[in-house]
Amino acid sequence: MSDYNFAYLDEQTKRMIRRAILKGIAIPGYQVPFASREMPMPYGWGTGGVQVTAACLTPEDTLKVIDQGADDTTNAVSIRKFFEKTAEIAVTEKTGDATVIQTRHRIPEEPLGEGQILVYQVPIPEPLRFLEPRETETRKMHALEEYGLMHVKLYEDIARHGHIATSYAYPVKVEGRYVMDPSPIPKFDNPKMEMAAIQLFGAGREQRIYAVPPYTKVVSLDFEDHPFDPSKADHPCDLCGAEHTYLDEVIIDDAGGRMFVCSDTDYCAGRQAKGHRGRLSPTEEAAQ
Amino acid sequence: MSAQITPPLPIPLLPVPLLSVKDIHKTYGGRIGCTDVSFDLYPGEVMGIVGESGSGKSTLLNCMAGHIPTDSGQVLFDTRDRGLIDTLTMSEPERRMLARTDWAFVHQHARDGLRMSVSAGGNVGERLMAVGARHYGDIRAQAVDWLGRVEIDEDRMDDRPSAFSGGMQQRLQIARNLVTGPRLVFMDEPTGGLDVSVQARLLDLLRGLVREMGLSAIIVTHDLAVVRLLADRLMVMKSGHVVETGLTDQVLDDPQHAYTQLLVSSVLQV
Ligand SMILES: Nc1ncnc2c1ncn2[C@@H]1O[C@H](COP(=O)(O)OP(=O)(O)OP(=O)(O)O)[C@@H](O)[C@H]1O
Ligand SMILES: [Mg+2]
Ligand SMILES: [Zn+2]
Repeated sequence: MSDYNFAYLDEQTKRMIRRAILKGIAIPGYQVPFASREMPMPYGWGTGGVQVTAACLTPEDTLKVIDQGADDTTNAVSIRKFFEKTAEIAVTEKTGDATVIQTRHRIPEEPLGEGQILVYQVPIPEPLRFLEPRETETRKMHALEEYGLMHVKLYEDIARHGHIATSYAYPVKVEGRYVMDPSPIPKFDNPKMEMAAIQLFGAGREQRIYAVPPYTKVVSLDFEDHPFDPSKADHPCDLCGAEHTYLDEVIIDDAGGRMFVCSDTDYCAGRQAKGHRGRLSPTEEAAQ
Repeated sequence: MSAQITPPLPIPLLPVPLLSVKDIHKTYGGRIGCTDVSFDLYPGEVMGIVGESGSGKSTLLNCMAGHIPTDSGQVLFDTRDRGLIDTLTMSEPERRMLARTDWAFVHQHARDGLRMSVSAGGNVGERLMAVGARHYGDIRAQAVDWLGRVEIDEDRMDDRPSAFSGGMQQRLQIARNLVTGPRLVFMDEPTGGLDVSVQARLLDLLRGLVREMGLSAIIVTHDLAVVRLLADRLMVMKSGHVVETGLTDQVLDDPQHAYTQLLVSSVLQV
C-alpha cells in the first residue's frame, strides 16, 4: 500500500486529463489546453508526459520509459521508479511487452501495435512559435489553417544551409488538417508516426495535450523540389549490424575512435540476442 | 402571335468601383477619429489622403483595412468571386484571406510590416507560401525578381532586414507586399521617417511600380510632394472630416477650402 492515490494524481485530475486526451484523439493534431498540475519533478523532466501517463495507466498495465531510446538514463529511470512506486505497476524494457511507453526524443524501432500507447514528453508544443511568438495569432493560424509560415521556416533552412536542416521536431501535418510538432524526435522517426498504436503528447509547462490516433495520416512538410528526407546515417550498427535503425555516435577511445550503435538499446539487445552481429561486436566472430 | 422584340436600351457602362467607402465613422472613447467619410476608388486609381498630424488619416486607413474596428459605415470591395462585398462584416477567415491575397498594407515603420528574423528572400516569399507556393526554386526566383524591382541586390537576399538601411527595409516591405500582385494597396506614410534623399529614391521607385503595374492604391501622407507625384485624386482631412476632394492637381493648384489653402501655402513656404 502506498501513500499515494494510484499513479500519484487524484481521480478528478486524471479525469480532467482524460477528457483532454479524448478531445485530442477526436481532433488529431489539435493542441488541447489542460490544467497542468505540479509534479514532484522539474518541468524539463517531462511533467506533461508523466501526467498523461498517469491518466492512462491501469493496474494491469506494463510500463516502459525511454529517453533518447535508452531505458537506463537518469530521466527514464526516475520516471519508471516514480510509477513503480505510485502505481505499483509492472515495468519492462521490452518494447513488445509494454502497454504504455513514455518517451523522450525517440520512437521505438520495433513497430508498435494496437493496444499500445506511446506517450511523448513535449517541451514546446507550438510548431509556429519559432516565427510567430503571439499565442493569440498562432491559435488563429491553426483555426484558419494558415500554415504558410511553416514553410517560411523551411525556406529559411534551405536558404541558409542548402537543404532543410531541421532534423529534430520536424513539423508534420496530421490527417490533412493540423500542423503539429512531433516533439524533439529525430526526423528519422517521422515516418513511423503512421502507426497502429495511440500516440499522446503532453507538454507540462505549456499546458497542452495533443494526440495522433491509430492509422492516422502524418505527413512531413516539405517543398516539391526539396522533398522530405528522413535521412539515415550510412553505417550499420556496430553492435547488431542493423542497417535500418537510428544510430548514436559513441566515442570509444582518446584517439578519436568512434562507433555507431542503435539508439534504441532494447531493439539492439534483442537483435544481438538473436545472433545478429556488427563490426565491433564483442564476440569473436563478427558478421561478414 | 409573335412577341414584339424591342431592342434593349443601351445602358451606360458605369465602371464598378474597386472600393466603395460609405459613411465611415470611428471614435476613440467619444472623441472623433474620423467621421462621415465616403468615396469610391476605381481600378488603377491612386487616392491620396493628406492632412495635418492628428487629422484622422491613419485612423481612416486602418478602418478601411480592417485593422481596427469601425463604429459604423461600410467598406465595399469588388471581390473576385462575389463582387462588391462589405469587408467590415465579412467573416474573419475571408478578411484574412483578402489581406494576404488581393490586399496589401505598407506600414510607415518597415519593422511593423516585415519579419525581422526572416531573410529578405523569406520575407518576400511569405505571401507566396501563404497562398500555397511549394516549390522552393520558384519562390526564390520570384523573390529575386521582386528584390531586383525594388533595387535590392540579389546577394543580399539571404540577409535579415535588420542588416538593411531604413530605405532598403522600406523597399523590401514594398516588394513583400506586391509579390502576389494585390489589387489594392494601402500605404501609411510610406516615405515617412526616411532621409530626404532616400525619400526621393523611394518615391521614384513607387511611381515606377504604380505606372508599370497599374496599381490601385490609397496613400496616406502629410507630404504633398508624395501625392503630387503618385496620386490621381486627393482627399484633404481635418479633425477627422474630409474637407475637400478632387483631382490632385486641381486641389493643389486651386484649393477651395481655407484649410487646404493653408496646407498648400505652408508647403510652398518650405
Ligand atoms: N488608439 C487611439 N486611441 C485614442 N485616440 C486615438 C488613437 N489613435 C488615434 N487617436 C486620435 O484620433 C485622431 C486621429 O489620429 P490619427 O492617428 O488617425 O491621425 P493621423 O492623421 O494619422 O496623424 P499623423 O499624421 O500624426 O499620423 C487624433 O486625435 C488621435 O489622437
Ligand atoms: Mg498617421
Ligand atoms: Zn544495433
